[in-house]
Amino acid sequence: MIPPAFEYLRPQTIPEAIAFLQQYGDEAKILSGGQSLIPMMKFRLARPGYLIDINRIPGLSYIKEEDGYLKIGGLTREADLENSSLIHSKYPIILDTARVIADPQVRNMATLAGNLAHGDPANDHPATMLALGARVVAVGPQGERVLPIESFFVTLFTTELQHDEIVSEIRIPVPPPGSGGAYLKLERKVGDFATAGVAAQVIVGSGGICQQVGIGLTNVGATPIKARKAEESLCGKKLDETTIAQAAQLAADEAEPSSDLRGPAEYKRGLVKELTLRALARAYERAGK
Amino acid sequence: MICRTSPEVGGMGHSIKRKEDLRFIQGKGNYVDDVNLPDMVYGHMVRSPYAHARLKGINTENAKQLPGVLTVITGEDLAKANLAWMPTLFFDKQMVLATGKVLFQSQEVAFVVAEDPYIAADAAELVEVDYEELPVLVDPHKALDPDAPILRDDREDKSNHIFHWEVGDRAATDKVFEDAEVKAKVHAVFQRCHPAPLETCGCVADHNAATGRLTIYLTSQAPHAHRTLFAIVGGIPENNIRVISPDIGGGFGNKVPIYPGYVCAVVASLTLGRPVKWIETRSENLQSTGFARDYHMTAELAATQDGKIQAMRVKTLADHGAFNAAAQPTKFPAGLFSICTGAYDYPTAFCEVDGVYTNKAPGGIAYRCSFRVTEAAYLIERAVDVLAQELKTDPVELRRKNFISPEKFPYKSPLGWSYDSGDYDAAMKVALDTIGYDALRKEQQEKRAKGELMGIGISSFVEVVGAGPAHTFDIAGIKMFDSCEIRIHPTGKAMCRMGTKSQGQGHETTYAQIVAQELGIPAADVTVEEGDTDTAPYGLGTYASRSTPVSGAATAMAARKIRDKAKKIAAHLLECSEEDLDWEPGKFFVKGAPSKAKTIQDIAFAAYTNMPEGMEAGLEAVDYYDPPNLTFPFGTYICVVDIDKGTGEVKVRRFVAVDDCGNIINPMIVEGQIHGGLTEGLAIAFMQQIGYDENGNVQGGTFMDYLLPTAVETPHWETGKTCTPSPHHPFGAKGVGESPNVGSPAAFVNAVVDALSHLGVKHIDMPIAPWKVWNILKEKGAVN
Repeated sequence: MIPPAFEYLRPQTIPEAIAFLQQYGDEAKILSGGQSLIPMMKFRLARPGYLIDINRIPGLSYIKEEDGYLKIGGLTREADLENSSLIHSKYPIILDTARVIADPQVRNMATLAGNLAHGDPANDHPATMLALGARVVAVGPQGERVLPIESFFVTLFTTELQHDEIVSEIRIPVPPPGSGGAYLKLERKVGDFATAGVAAQVIVGSGGICQQVGIGLTNVGATPIKARKAEESLCGKKLDETTIAQAAQLAADEAEPSSDLRGPAEYKRGLVKELTLRALARAYERAGK
Repeated sequence: MICRTSPEVGGMGHSIKRKEDLRFIQGKGNYVDDVNLPDMVYGHMVRSPYAHARLKGINTENAKQLPGVLTVITGEDLAKANLAWMPTLFFDKQMVLATGKVLFQSQEVAFVVAEDPYIAADAAELVEVDYEELPVLVDPHKALDPDAPILRDDREDKSNHIFHWEVGDRAATDKVFEDAEVKAKVHAVFQRCHPAPLETCGCVADHNAATGRLTIYLTSQAPHAHRTLFAIVGGIPENNIRVISPDIGGGFGNKVPIYPGYVCAVVASLTLGRPVKWIETRSENLQSTGFARDYHMTAELAATQDGKIQAMRVKTLADHGAFNAAAQPTKFPAGLFSICTGAYDYPTAFCEVDGVYTNKAPGGIAYRCSFRVTEAAYLIERAVDVLAQELKTDPVELRRKNFISPEKFPYKSPLGWSYDSGDYDAAMKVALDTIGYDALRKEQQEKRAKGELMGIGISSFVEVVGAGPAHTFDIAGIKMFDSCEIRIHPTGKAMCRMGTKSQGQGHETTYAQIVAQELGIPAADVTVEEGDTDTAPYGLGTYASRSTPVSGAATAMAARKIRDKAKKIAAHLLECSEEDLDWEPGKFFVKGAPSKAKTIQDIAFAAYTNMPEGMEAGLEAVDYYDPPNLTFPFGTYICVVDIDKGTGEVKVRRFVAVDDCGNIINPMIVEGQIHGGLTEGLAIAFMQQIGYDENGNVQGGTFMDYLLPTAVETPHWETGKTCTPSPHHPFGAKGVGESPNVGSPAAFVNAVVDALSHLGVKHIDMPIAPWKVWNILKEKGAVN
């Protein structure tokens, strides 16, 4: 469990970090919370020659509502999300997600931005951010780009981020009244990656009509999956047992799980259906509060 | 009945706090990896990525060129010293470093030694090994097929068959089955699992060329036996070897064998003249060291229509991996598996076991288990439930009808054991009352009517522990006695040294309590020391729940020898004859005149200052205890589960564990042992497996996939007890550390099967992951 030797760089500003990225190219990796990178290095599965530790860059850790968005800084830790009264009161889906990631020690270091930037379909935040319609703010040599989450995940471990870009912020539209969301994850034990996970966010209008819905799936494909057909089936409909069951089936159809130690593909598909059902029901319940 | 001492003395029955915990909870323990010696260097093992491959060549040149690398040892190097192979604990041999070929993934291939662990890890990557892959044998059922690859071409016998062992009366058993009114049969695989102690294995080998002494700091559950084996195998005079087992972070059987890394570290220290530290990584521990179980079992029960069990027949295939490194007494190739007839009274049984080689890690160690007792208890307790299903009778009723009744003890079991004592129905009754069995059955009926799934699982296990009597039990020829030496200092304080070795069991407290009980010296005044072969009396170590039955007995016997001498001194001090003296813990007094007394502290002082004429000074004794029989702890466990039909998750709602381990030394420690063992049993039942894919790649070789339960997964344990002392043990104790691991898997599985029994489910193999339950529900049409 000893990684190969590497150079350790500690930039004080984002431009300095970007300069390092440009200088060392593919040999460089950003060290944020280290939730995934450190274990991969210890197993020698990742062998970066240069580790750019961005943890000392000031001003990147915050949770605030501004200009119609919930803004979460690039270095905001999972533990910060868990302890934020704003998250507790208005974003229970994010709380659901943060508290089922790894273990408390890891969550003290792990960041939401890293959870997205790693591009691992087994990570939990991608599904939730898909459900919430988040935007990822990336800073590179040419300045800032705002990337919609829907097209952020390209393939396994690959995102829209360019090699010389850093995630500085995540923006989530402030949910209007009548919104509710939930993230449900089945794991073999606490701290495990999801056998499957489902995030659902709904905006319910008068008469229980679903005005907007986002559904994201964890660890049932090469990328985090936005269950578009399931979402479409609910839009403009009244949320009830029948429509939710229909949507759950569509979400299961959209999943592309593979068999592994967490279970056969068929089971995971069934799990997506069940968890979608429950996540939508909980989201709907929360929307009414 | 054990005489209770005052809380200040803290003898048997007092829940005094564990003396060792003060240093553990303050981070002041001293584990092998805490040992740092001047000039120490570091070893790193190069391991095979393949499960079966010919070794065509090893190039160590690039590794040796790396600055800081001191040596790279290969199997060919060891062969020159006749050390490429070492004997296992069970009539086989095992490669220290591979020569010719490798036989399992992660097998030891080369040993790199460098100035620091970082260089050693880098250099290990530079060792180039040329492998030619060979056909892989993973499924033990295919080991004896004519076209199966022969794995062990080093053996004369060109077969993958290791042993056939049988016990009982085959013909009589077959006859009972032919005539039986009812038969029940179950195929149950007890999956390969791993003890996964939180501290991995490791050592520091320190050969001093000037003195000729070799000191080995070792994660060893049996330091004395290991010293002898190092002497025999390495040809080093035994007086020149000192094994020190410092604090150990869990063993559970995993630290009984000698591993190649230890031998390599010793060889490297002899070669380099410097101390060599070698510490396993987590993956190395899970992938290459002693696994447990991997028993593929079939059990049949014959019974009358009214539910009287008449006979049991067992056939088992044992997967031992690449080498038979099972750690067990030499006369027992399948350990004490023949305890499989259980808590039930019937005259006839037959049991046979065949061991085979496969391309998997070697082992077959006793994971918190007295040599295959866990497999046996699981098998009979599953089989009884299947029989209850066949008979359409309640599993509790069936058990109670067949229990060996208390007046039949000592009970001769059909496979040859002599159970010392037991009252199985008493434990059952406590368990039933505690859990409220009848109400639960009623609730189950109501739930079923609503389509909800709940189950109740019972396990009434019998253990056989405390190996063992010298006439039958030895490991590598050494009889399985164990020892205690007690020295009473002039001020009345005591030092106690043992042949056993705690790995977390609390020996420093419990042995002190035995001394407190026997001599009345407060437990706080008794220091217990284990693990240093230079100072401790010889013993076979701690595993198989043998410490209390054997070394605990030795402690009582040594204390009684001291008391005998103390009595002579007391008579001298009180100027009376020995016959005039009575004893109560802590003092001798003149019969009828209790104020005329001498405390054990007075007597200890006199033993050095004022002894009777002709008596040698000092107050010490040593005892090597040969137990007349094993002890047979037992209990009834009842588990209640609820099943989530949507996800297949099983939630343990309640778990009642009623244990009978005879007289108890420290109730708090016993309860802690039970909590720990139940948690391991939970993990085995629901989460853990060292699996292999068809190419022999380990599935579950890290804690990512070999799942250790946390407080989140662990239910609330409800413990209870009955007390049936062992009639032959000096203070009636039986041993308890392993009971919860032995007894609980069947309770968990029986509960899940019970929840699904109305769908026609009779058995589910462990680990019962949610997907297995979901698949069954799907197959049975219970979910869409």
